[in-house]
Amino acid sequence: MQFVSETCQETCDPSFAQEVRDKSGAGLDRCYQCLTCSLSCPVEYAMDYSPNKIIRMVQLGLKDEVLKSSTIWLCATCETCVARCPNDVNVLRVMDTLREMSLKEKVKGKAPLMPLFHDTFLGSIKLWGRSHELSMELTLKVRTKDLFTDLIMGIKMILKRKLRILPIRIKGLKQVKDIFEKTKGAGS
Amino acid sequence: MKYAYYPGCSMESIAADYALSVEAVCKALGVELEELDDWNCCGASSGHCTNYRLAHALTGRNLAIAEKMGMDTAVACPACFVRLKSTIHEAREDDKLRQDIVEVIGQPYEAKYDAKNLVDIIVNDIGIEEVRKRVKKPLNGLKVVSYYGCFLVRPPKVVQFDDPENPQSLDILMDALGAEVLDWSGKVDCCGGSFSLTRQDIVRKLVSDIVVQARQVGAEAIVAACSLCLANLEGRQTVSPALPVFYFTELMGLAFGMPEKEVRGWLKKRMVNPVPLLKSHNLL
Repeated sequence: MQFVSETCQETCDPSFAQEVRDKSGAGLDRCYQCLTCSLSCPVEYAMDYSPNKIIRMVQLGLKDEVLKSSTIWLCATCETCVARCPNDVNVLRVMDTLREMSLKEKVKGKAPLMPLFHDTFLGSIKLWGRSHELSMELTLKVRTKDLFTDLIMGIKMILKRKLRILPIRIKGLKQVKDIFEKTKGAGS
Repeated sequence: MKYAYYPGCSMESIAADYALSVEAVCKALGVELEELDDWNCCGASSGHCTNYRLAHALTGRNLAIAEKMGMDTAVACPACFVRLKSTIHEAREDDKLRQDIVEVIGQPYEAKYDAKNLVDIIVNDIGIEEVRKRVKKPLNGLKVVSYYGCFLVRPPKVVQFDDPENPQSLDILMDALGAEVLDWSGKVDCCGGSFSLTRQDIVRKLVSDIVVQARQVGAEAIVAACSLCLANLEGRQTVSPALPVFYFTELMGLAFGMPEKEVRGWLKKRMVNPVPLLKSHNLL
């Protein structure tokens, strides 16, 4: 991994590795770089660093590169890596921990669309207690300034009455709002 | 047999038809589903991807409601199922997390009861013999592959259901209905899930890979158990004519001889019209 020796001296942050270890509890030091995770990953081809590299980069404390990487947001959370890892490393927990850290530190990453999607999805739950696809999808379109992708499919789905027009607001919405407040959950 | 029932948000929208066939099939099998009162969204991947405590509290509120009902929870949506199972699993392993959930949701939660996916309930709790007994119109000649996707079988430690690499439950179920079930290697491949709204290119590639594998073994249709998988498999195919995709409950309803009008009502919501295929086998 050439990039490590080039950048390590300036950017290594050993406390980062410890923080990910503690927060994830994912056993990432058990990784022996067998590449099972990356060879199993259906989205590896689209990532800037394959999952096994991310694990190694965390161990080395390459905080900036890791938190900015497209990998952490392009992980599809399919858990094929988790099911196959011979050393029981919970790769999903590592990715979740990294995603949560990058949001907390307001990192401008290389795959900004996914955090925007999650924020919009959670915003829908905050508003109604349940997610409402139509308003969530329209909000996402406005926020990404991409009004035309999937327009035809959207119209087809509305014509087939597959998308509910009005959202359902739950009675216990206040409880859900409290959950968001207490956990500092995102969503707008 | 009675369960608390967590439908999940998609059952009120893109999968409203799935909800109908689930209810019809459960009724036929004597599975009583009592919906959780005032349930909330499980948070889906957006919950656990962004905030660990939020994700467990959102599912925790639902599980606390189910616990008051004193029953295991039946879940038809695998994406919701894996979220609920994950909270049960972690709350049992880590009492600090359980206490945090209790504090955040402001309700007691002991992690006493389990959550089960609907395929598990039908195949293992009710049993395949009970299914076989109710088949009035066997799906003779219909060549299908069973698609499990990610969350019915992964992560194995959490979901504790079937084999994570080569699951059999849906295959056994389709075989009991009389369909010709083909073996294939796409069973547990990922469809791209929620990338459907952000990275359609990724979903199109993954779906194409899955559909190509299904075609290679000679399948005429794919049988799915997840509304998001089905939406992606139907909506993101790139080769025409597209391969029809069914919910497993639709084929159960059809084989159980449910009124044709009712079955057609579910099927008319499909983006890839499966009626010509069923007609060619004299099933409609």
